Amino acid sequence: MSSNSQHHHFAHHFESEEHEYATSKEGVWLFLVSEILMFGGLFVGYIIYQHMYPQVFHEGAMHLDWRLGALNTIVLLFSSLTMVLGVHFSQLGDRKKAVTALAITILCGAIFMCVKYIEYSHKIHEGLLPGAWYTGETHGLSNMGLYFSFYFMMTGLHGTHVLGGMCLILWVLLRANKGEFNSHYYTPVEGVGLFWHLVDLIWIFLFPLLYLVG
Amino acid sequence: MAGSGKSYLEGETGLWSWLTSLDHKRIGLLYFFSVAFFFLLGGIFALLIRLELFSPGALFPADMYNRFMTYHGAVMVFFVIIPGIPAILGNFFLPLQIGAKDVAFPRLNLMSWYFLMTAAVMALCTLLLGGVDTGWTFYTPYSISFKPATILMAFAVFIAGFSSILTGLNFIATVHRLRAPGMTMNRMPLFVWAIYSTAILQVLATPVLGITVLLLAMENIFNIGIFDPALGGDPVLFQHFFWFYSHPAVYIMVLPAMGVISELVTTYSRKTIFGYTAIAYSSLAIAAISFLVWGHHMFTSGQSEVAAITFSVLTMLVGVPTAIKLFNWLATLYRGSIQMTTPMLYTLGFMFIFTIGGMTGIYLATIATDIHFHDTYFVVAHFHYVMVGGTLMAIMGGAFHWLPKMVGKMYNESIARMSFVFIFIGFNVTFFPQFVLGNMGMPRRYHDYLPAFESLNKISTIGSWMIGFGFLIALYAIIQAIRSGSPAPMNPWGSKTLEWTTASPPPHENFLTTPTVTAGPYEFK
Amino acid sequence: MAHHEEHHHITLATHLQVFSALIGLTILTVVTAKFMHLGVFENLVAFSIATVKGFLVMAYFMHLKYDEKIYRWIILSSFAFVFLLFFFCVLDEATRIVQHSALQ
Repeated sequence: MSSNSQHHHFAHHFESEEHEYATSKEGVWLFLVSEILMFGGLFVGYIIYQHMYPQVFHEGAMHLDWRLGALNTIVLLFSSLTMVLGVHFSQLGDRKKAVTALAITILCGAIFMCVKYIEYSHKIHEGLLPGAWYTGETHGLSNMGLYFSFYFMMTGLHGTHVLGGMCLILWVLLRANKGEFNSHYYTPVEGVGLFWHLVDLIWIFLFPLLYLVG
Repeated sequence: MAGSGKSYLEGETGLWSWLTSLDHKRIGLLYFFSVAFFFLLGGIFALLIRLELFSPGALFPADMYNRFMTYHGAVMVFFVIIPGIPAILGNFFLPLQIGAKDVAFPRLNLMSWYFLMTAAVMALCTLLLGGVDTGWTFYTPYSISFKPATILMAFAVFIAGFSSILTGLNFIATVHRLRAPGMTMNRMPLFVWAIYSTAILQVLATPVLGITVLLLAMENIFNIGIFDPALGGDPVLFQHFFWFYSHPAVYIMVLPAMGVISELVTTYSRKTIFGYTAIAYSSLAIAAISFLVWGHHMFTSGQSEVAAITFSVLTMLVGVPTAIKLFNWLATLYRGSIQMTTPMLYTLGFMFIFTIGGMTGIYLATIATDIHFHDTYFVVAHFHYVMVGGTLMAIMGGAFHWLPKMVGKMYNESIARMSFVFIFIGFNVTFFPQFVLGNMGMPRRYHDYLPAFESLNKISTIGSWMIGFGFLIALYAIIQAIRSGSPAPMNPWGSKTLEWTTASPPPHENFLTTPTVTAGPYEFK
Repeated sequence: MAHHEEHHHITLATHLQVFSALIGLTILTVVTAKFMHLGVFENLVAFSIATVKGFLVMAYFMHLKYDEKIYRWIILSSFAFVFLLFFFCVLDEATRIVQHSALQ
């Protein structure tokens, strides 16, 4: 509809396209607040239990492969860069470059999930499972499963967000491909981008928490 | 697009046009009907609880009573009073009162309603899985004994929470961005201030409930042990997480009520509100303090003494902004031309009941007395005085106040007054004896009691019938107004806020020309 | 058209610099945690680095450095309230009379 027209038709309750843009962006930021508080609960729980059972968390972290964690960190950071480029080129109305950047971002998300899959199947194979299901090495401790409850909850919830983010990026990719975005209207790419950066941001904290210092 | 001037009720008709409407006024009414239905449901559970407690001995099996109690709590909290005022009156009047054409994100607004409906359907489906008997607080470790109904209920609460977050987010963005020219923050009606403070709470507190019930569901499905003492988890941490949300949730319930009361008190005293700024900022203060006090629900849970004392002291602080509001309302009444209309009666009822509720809270915030009162009917009476007496009084007052604007018809004053008489008297007859019962040591949540408690329990149950009857009268008054009420003028009460400057009912675009605001909201002369 | 102009302040070169910094910090955090023995400072160093990385992502990739100030306040409020949850939970857990779990 708006592929030919440079001007975006903003909704009737806004005064201008900037007005709509700024309001939508504030909405996205408020949503990110709720995401941070949701993950915050898990972080708080992790820190408390880590102090309660330091040995469990130490031994648990030893079972994680920091190389895979570091690889995933770099993959996500790179995807954040391509996301930024996706927004940048959408804003310039450069359809081809925007689509390429967004496609690479999705690809990075997929690589991240594949690495996660390798990690998960390894853990399941060794019986490193949450709570009562733990059948791996006990190291003389009776609740090793607690560490893996946190590991699976945190990475699982984060992974769900990666998958959700990939779907959202696919959605803006298709719209970008139709040439719907230009300097007057690129709000959806911007919003999805903010969400994707948040997913990256959470991983930036999960990586040291789970793989490095535990 | 020039305004057609047609009211929002005209134009497209039919069920489908309502279910897909993006108009905040229609969505407000969708909430009204659904919340009214949930209220009826929760009310039936309440009447069943009181019926069981009419006399000692078991009328229903104990297990069934536990389910009544759980569903009464869960339905009333998550599906009635939390969405209640913000989603019905807030949706309808927040944009009108700030001179906006709609909320910031109309699609999201409709989506919130669908989320709430999905959650409600899921919550009702738990009945088919054997029902939940944990109480609405889902305390671990009892709630993690692997019951499918609990899992579904946890997801229902998660989705209801999502609905609440999205509504809050929408309102914050609306208040920040969509105010009419001249409508500065300090010219916003106090109802808007209250809804705004509530919205902040919804966005900041609800996600923690989300993660808590998600963990609870995982605990039930996968035995993850985070809250399970048998696996090294800490059940008290569950209570911390739960009340981090659920205490602010108490203010999600009551702050909007206070906003409604501020509107009513000034309109029906025909006098400028006393202490506008103090009332406005005390809403924000209550919102802020509400995050610092949750541990007062946990004095007997095994939390440390240091934490308990800290929470106790901080809890006392809530009294300050609350009292600021109450005294300012009283000062507004002073030398006003008070009109004893139905909304004003509900307003006075609110002040009376809420004051008792607030004052009895002091005993519960004091550690020494709480040890005696904890988990007795004293607590039940206290929070019903605050939540029911507070929120329901305000929602009824607000509903009658704004009914002419919403449907364009006037209600019958004497029938509506009658509803107040029954609800107000019935409420006090039901819950005042429970203070005494609690003090005598009657524990809450049990299906049976000692014969010594019988007479007060009988009085309480009779009161519950009065409340039920009162709500039937109110329902009749509303139906009668819609069916055969006389057409409402633009501003039947002589109010000063913006929603009264447009037609009753308002046109689809709210204002045919965007209003420009040049003065505060309550300029009575 | 204020916001359209603003975004052009962030050039591609800036983004690449930020990205390089993020990669550098990732390597640094791995090196300090896995190949140096910092003992009690391990946590502090790892989370300080993570905070710097988070700051870079928010300031540049999420445009907080250039955007309206209100977004900063919004996002700050979320961290403040996570801290609040943390503070009171720890206040309780840390001051409990020591009870040894049978599990350890």
